[in-house]
Amino acid sequence: MTASTPVTARRRLPLNWLGIVPFAAFAILFLIWPTMNIVVGAFRNSAGETTLDNVIGLFTPSIMASYWISIKISVASALLGCGIGFAVAAAFTLGGLPQWVRGPLLTFSGVASNFAGVPLAFAFIATLGRLGLVTVLLKSWFGINIYTMGFNLLSFWGLTATYLFFQIPLMILIITPALDGLKKEWKEAAQILGASGFQYWRMVALPILFPALLGTFALLFANAFGAVATAYALTGSSMSIVPILLFAQIRGDVLQDPHLGYALAFGMIVVTGFANVVYVWLRARSERWMQ
Amino acid sequence: MTKLWSWLALAVGLIYFFLPLIGMTEFSLKMRRGEYSFDAYRAVLEDPRFQQTFSYSVFMALLTIVFGVLLVVPTAYWVRLKLPRIRPYIEFITLLPLVIPPIVIVFGYIRLYNTSSWLPLTGTAMGTNLLLMFGYATLSLPYMYRAVDTGLRSIDVGTLTEAAQSLGAGWVTILARVILPNVLVAVLSGAFLTFAIVIGEFVLAALLNRPAFGPYLQLMGANRAYEPAALAVIAFAITWACMGLIQLITRFSKHTKAAR
Repeated sequence: MTASTPVTARRRLPLNWLGIVPFAAFAILFLIWPTMNIVVGAFRNSAGETTLDNVIGLFTPSIMASYWISIKISVASALLGCGIGFAVAAAFTLGGLPQWVRGPLLTFSGVASNFAGVPLAFAFIATLGRLGLVTVLLKSWFGINIYTMGFNLLSFWGLTATYLFFQIPLMILIITPALDGLKKEWKEAAQILGASGFQYWRMVALPILFPALLGTFALLFANAFGAVATAYALTGSSMSIVPILLFAQIRGDVLQDPHLGYALAFGMIVVTGFANVVYVWLRARSERWMQ
Repeated sequence: MTKLWSWLALAVGLIYFFLPLIGMTEFSLKMRRGEYSFDAYRAVLEDPRFQQTFSYSVFMALLTIVFGVLLVVPTAYWVRLKLPRIRPYIEFITLLPLVIPPIVIVFGYIRLYNTSSWLPLTGTAMGTNLLLMFGYATLSLPYMYRAVDTGLRSIDVGTLTEAAQSLGAGWVTILARVILPNVLVAVLSGAFLTFAIVIGEFVLAALLNRPAFGPYLQLMGANRAYEPAALAVIAFAITWACMGLIQLITRFSKHTKAAR
């Protein structure tokens, strides 16, 4: 901190800026510059010339397949997370459940949404893996072998199911304030005008909630798209989603072209950046109703 | 009718949450054939690599918290007091780590701070530790800044500063003895969240090649059967403890405020 700035010096504006120099230096050195470095690297070739070849190089079948499976998993886990999370949140905000359910459920959502990464993968291996609790119980109680039925934890659905463990609680945490913001008067007004419960939801509540829902969907999508640790601990490198491909590239240059690696990372920023812009924009819109 | 659906939705949600937790707990107890035992836990706790990596990560988490507090509290305070116009921009920067995937950030570190660069942080173990700590501080920046900024909103920064100054306090005294105690609850919430994030973090530590708890977890997962489940139970307990402490101090602070 600048110890010498007197309070009366408010007119001498330049001195005030000194107070944020440490923060600015940190943000530039460890956040902005490293990211810009990757972005710039994505548009350079090894001779240092500006080129679009790396970005074009992303459009090869194998890399496109990685992006595609990543996007599919992120969309599926975000959609299901939104749906189930919304149902649970609606149940305890509007569904007439006893009041004591709310506090513990929100606390638990806070814990579960932070329980990601490697341990989460272990939990699911112990539950839905080949020797997992649910797998074994289904086999011994009902004679159902989910693995002969085509389920595999190290697959699209397995990864989606694992991601849902943090997606659903995140949805609950974000959508609960929006559901609390639905005013009783709106429902009563709709009922006086003769609306059924279904009509109220379709024509009043959902249109109001729609920006919040869509925005949260974008956030959950970005959340799943950037996740590395869970997928890596679960599948090793057997499933080549984008973050895992990038991980392998950083470790050992598996694409055999460093600049293609930067383009891969740049693509990730573009996807998560786009999703977050959608989230921020829709969130600002949905907050208009929440005063 | 609505109530029935509500209970059903809640039941589905709870089953989804609790099955994996029960699954990992049950699995972690099965190491001994035919009976439940704590053998997996004993094996984990006696493993010297567990002790090393775990204490390394705890140490890194504490360092990150100290650094984060020293960085964020003065900045958030200063911005609220003197530069309210640039608050949205600072807030935008603090949210960037949620937009840019951590793997991309660490990729940038490796490129910028490698042994042949202007600042060869990765050249020495100490330098890499420092870089890892900065990386963790970046990851926790969104949570830390939001928590502190929310805390500052609830106190009158301007009046407190003027009162302290008219009693002859300098900036360091104001920050350490007036502002920090007033936002302590917010700082602690941010600190516990930071702890929960750092303790199990995998990508940064793995790519910077540091012996942290996250990479150790991954290594155990690839090579052992029952120990990973025990480790997952331990990790879940830590996450739970951090979140529980946040709840506890927030509730505690509400009571002290009501009493005034």
